[in-house]
Amino acid sequence: MTQLDGSALAARLRAGDRTAAPDVLNLVESRTPAARVQADALLRGVSPAALGAEAGGHVVGVTGPPGAGKSTLLSELVRAWRAAGRTVAVLAVDPSSRRTGGALLGDRARIAYDPRDDGVFIRSTAAADRLGGLAPSTRAAATALAAAFDVVVVETVGVGQSETDIAELADTVAVVVQPGSGDTLQFLKSGIMEIPDVLVVTKADLGDIALRARRDLSAALRSVGERETAVLAVSSVAPATGIDELIAALDAHLAHTDVAARRVRARRATALADFTAEHGERGLRALGGRREAQRWLAAQNPACDVPSLVGGLEARTVSA
Amino acid sequence: MSHRLPERDKPWMMRTYAGHSTAAKSNELYRSNLAKGQTGLSIAFDLPTQTGYDPDDELARGEVGKVGVPVAHAGDMAALLDGIPLDRMNTSMTINATAAWLLALYVVTAESQGVEQAQLSGTTQNDIIKEFLARGTYAFPPGPSMRLIADMIAYTVEEIPKWNPINICSYHLQEAGATPVQEIAYAMSNAIAVLDAARERVPADRMSAVFARISFFVNAGVRFVEEHAKLRAMAVLWEQLGRERYGVTDEKALRFRYGVQVNSLGLTESQPENNVQRIVLEALAVTLGRDARARAIQLPAWNEALGLPRPWDQQWSLRIQQVLAFETDLLEYPDIFEGSKVMEGLVGELLEGARAEMAVVAEHGGAVKGVDYMKAALVDSHRERIRRIEDGEQIVVGLNRFTESEASPLVEGVDGGIMTVDPAGEAQQIEAVRAWRSGRDQAATDAALAELARVAASEGENIMPATIAAARAGVTTGEWSRTLREVFGEFRAPTGVGDAAASLNGSADLAALRDEVDRVSEALGRRLKILVGKPGLDGHSNGAEQIAVRARDVGMDVVYEGIRLTPEQIATSALHEGVHVVGLSILSGSHLELIPAVVTQLRERGVDVPVVVGGIIPDADVQPLKAAGVAAVYTPKDFDITRIMQDIVRLVAERGGVSTAA
Ligand code: B12
Ligand SMILES: Nc1nc2c(ncn2[C@@H]2O[C@H](COP(=O)(O)OP(=O)(O)OP(=O)(O)O)[C@@H](O)[C@H]2O)c(=O)[nH]1
Ligand SMILES: [Mg+2]
Repeated sequence: MTQLDGSALAARLRAGDRTAAPDVLNLVESRTPAARVQADALLRGVSPAALGAEAGGHVVGVTGPPGAGKSTLLSELVRAWRAAGRTVAVLAVDPSSRRTGGALLGDRARIAYDPRDDGVFIRSTAAADRLGGLAPSTRAAATALAAAFDVVVVETVGVGQSETDIAELADTVAVVVQPGSGDTLQFLKSGIMEIPDVLVVTKADLGDIALRARRDLSAALRSVGERETAVLAVSSVAPATGIDELIAALDAHLAHTDVAARRVRARRATALADFTAEHGERGLRALGGRREAQRWLAAQNPACDVPSLVGGLEARTVSA
Repeated sequence: MSHRLPERDKPWMMRTYAGHSTAAKSNELYRSNLAKGQTGLSIAFDLPTQTGYDPDDELARGEVGKVGVPVAHAGDMAALLDGIPLDRMNTSMTINATAAWLLALYVVTAESQGVEQAQLSGTTQNDIIKEFLARGTYAFPPGPSMRLIADMIAYTVEEIPKWNPINICSYHLQEAGATPVQEIAYAMSNAIAVLDAARERVPADRMSAVFARISFFVNAGVRFVEEHAKLRAMAVLWEQLGRERYGVTDEKALRFRYGVQVNSLGLTESQPENNVQRIVLEALAVTLGRDARARAIQLPAWNEALGLPRPWDQQWSLRIQQVLAFETDLLEYPDIFEGSKVMEGLVGELLEGARAEMAVVAEHGGAVKGVDYMKAALVDSHRERIRRIEDGEQIVVGLNRFTESEASPLVEGVDGGIMTVDPAGEAQQIEAVRAWRSGRDQAATDAALAELARVAASEGENIMPATIAAARAGVTTGEWSRTLREVFGEFRAPTGVGDAAASLNGSADLAALRDEVDRVSEALGRRLKILVGKPGLDGHSNGAEQIAVRARDVGMDVVYEGIRLTPEQIATSALHEGVHVVGLSILSGSHLELIPAVVTQLRERGVDVPVVVGGIIPDADVQPLKAAGVAAVYTPKDFDITRIMQDIVRLVAERGGVSTAA
């Protein structure tokens, strides 16, 4: 097979060519050494330095317990975003077990879209070993696609503490729960869970139970002193409700967010994750531990791209 | 009690499931079948009619008149039933999502014969839960679908009192891999959901009448003793349900009534003549014991796994029924299992299992909410069934044992032993429906559709009167369905594959193959990824599901989005997902139209990966498919799925320039 060219793909993304998306994913998912070199070139080509600014796409994390209705909700969101003329890429990270090495990727089936519309791109990947964990390729893909799509959604499964990966990557995190999910309520109250940017209760068509869930979650947020987080109820079955409100809430969050700061944090977290994926705990120890690595990353130029950060970390292990 | 009946019983109703090409051709077939001694009609509709599309709809391409008769409007229904006196005929219509519509067309056709609706007798299958679980011809989401069923029950119980508005189907569940316990439990849970929905639409004092009109459509496999016990167990549960949950006391209303089509999943492509023995034994399962004997029977034909039956094949199956009913002494005795320890024991076992499984469905919120659970459970049971056949634990004569065979003279004819439908019929139907539309009073049609939309959106109004008015006004099947889709929305049923257990401890072959998948994935740079696609309206999902699950179990990443996708949707998914191979499954006979269309769409998008195909593909069609760019074709005789997987891995390795295993 011919090796994909990272710089060329980056150039296409910079020019707004969304048809580059499939090959971008094929490249960042590939683990061959030649592909890794090209993937670095791709990321450099969509770095703030190359773009002249942070990538324009809104990176939205959609996370929540299994079966909460995340993908079905995305189907409605994609429809609404497209109706408003916004292009969307969805990276669906499927939690299915990798016990046999393989995975059945089921999210795509729930998301309806027009196959003739190149303003929508959907890619499924199997999750990393850890619940809610993101594969390095998903971080890279989200970063790259944000250069060419208006919205980049990353769907992950997570409950409680496991959303940290997505919180590091996304500009806005929407936690999606279904009515009657007491876990989330408890996690919020007890402070185990990070406060989401937007909290969504699905299956509003089920009636009272959904309204009650929404009320309880709002109360739980207030009890931990949080008043900013929007809590919304949506239904994704016809007639869908609450979708426009949700889009407004996501937009409002973005408007009040220091995107640049989040992106810098995302790049640093990604660099550390990439480094750890490659060199493991032993590599981290050679750096003087995770804390030390984070301190070093924090001291770097904010615009520094991921491959350079990883390169820097690697150089330190060699010199250490 | 005497061991003889004072009088020989009347035989059950004998039917043949039939229909193809056009209404006129099917009418000819029905008349000749009736002349041969068939006593009731059983109409097979084509897939566009079943899913609510007109012949000229993009989604109907390649499917018009293929596996059943197209009925697009009142004119087609009149032609289909021409010369058949509807006041005396008992007609079973295998129709579900569009059942209300087809019943309306039937009523309007009767009117034109001068027959009042109150005189009509027959059945609309009308069981949507099993469509979500196994059969695939659904159109609307669960909520509105259940409402349509309840409306039909409420309407017919008053206006067409001899009509069975719904047949609760366990047949299709067994065809999708259900065990006897699952078959009973899911059918009974389904019945509860239907009766509960009906209870909200009819006055309380009519529930006994409603209960009396609910009949079942069951299956009988080749383990015919246990299968007979299953029917007795269902009768017990049904009566109990009537008494306890719905307060029915009338003994007649409490009787378990069922029609049957015997098992077809177990009928083989290899040595197809053996299917005749299987069919006969299965027919015994539903006739042997008088206390649980079928009211109506239709039998598949010896060439079930080859393709559509010809009139002669269907005649052979009708003759099986006639020999059983008229030559044997079966109908001369009271119930022959009365007092049998074996039967009692089997029934007890099944009851226990079924009650436990019904409780699980109830925990999931009942049959409507429990669709995801039941679907996954069926896929898993089917996985286990296939594993047993592959491992030789379950013997299938001629397939995995006793495979040496003389050449079969049955398949030697020029037609290959099956019926093929002339593809030119589709163009004629397209013209015909267009002519129908231009010949009607458009203002009346529009008004009827507007009224239909209003009623559909209303809370409590019954859909039937507006539907019958629409049938009279010349509305088409596609228009009726589109109007309701606009109000109700659409739906995709769950695929069930995600939760299927992994075959972890499988054979040595499986383990070796896993290593090979790892090796090839490593060389490719990312995990071997396959897309399993179901193009067209075909709802046969078993094969695709089992291929998807096994592909995962040998270590591949698998994208499977369920049934009823267009070639464009499949090609776009393959592009987005970056798969290394595309596997397509078609059993409905539209492969020559749809497979090349998918290949074209893939290549147009620059997706140059190998395409493999499986399903009911007659020998004669393999070459044309290969010429269209298909790398390999598999049919039911290729029962060893691990072997298929080995081929696929080899194919991907070759195309990807990965050296073959050392
Ligand atoms: C089970 C069955 C059903 C079940 C389907 C349940 C389900 N969810 O799948 C039910 C009862 C619902 C059903 C309904 C109908 N059926 Co049906 N059904 C069958 C039956 C008996 C078995 C098919 C099956 O599931 N086999 C088991 C699976 C595992 O095997 P398989 O799919 O063949 O797959 C194997 C290979 O083919 C291959 N393979 C298959 N797909 C793929 C894909 C890839 C990528 C690869 C590599 C390999 C591969 O590998 C598998 C392993 O061996 C066949 C006849 C027969 N005995 O084959 C008729 C048959 C397919 N049905 C038929 C018909 C007409 C219908 C209806 C359309 C009737 C009607 N008019 O309403 C309906 C409607 C269904 C719909 N919505 O489309 C016809 C089709 C005629 C034709 N092609 O000309 C057949 C051939 C029967 C007949 N002779 O009339 N059916
Ligand atoms: N009643 C109702 N059901 C819904 C709604 N949204 C989703 N569902 C159902 O909930 C189930 C799970 O939906 P998904 O969208 O697959 O949920 P998910 O969170 O993406 O699931 P995973 O990706 O498996 O974790 C499906 O059966 C949906 O049909 C809704 O708004 N109302
Ligand atoms: Mg999902």
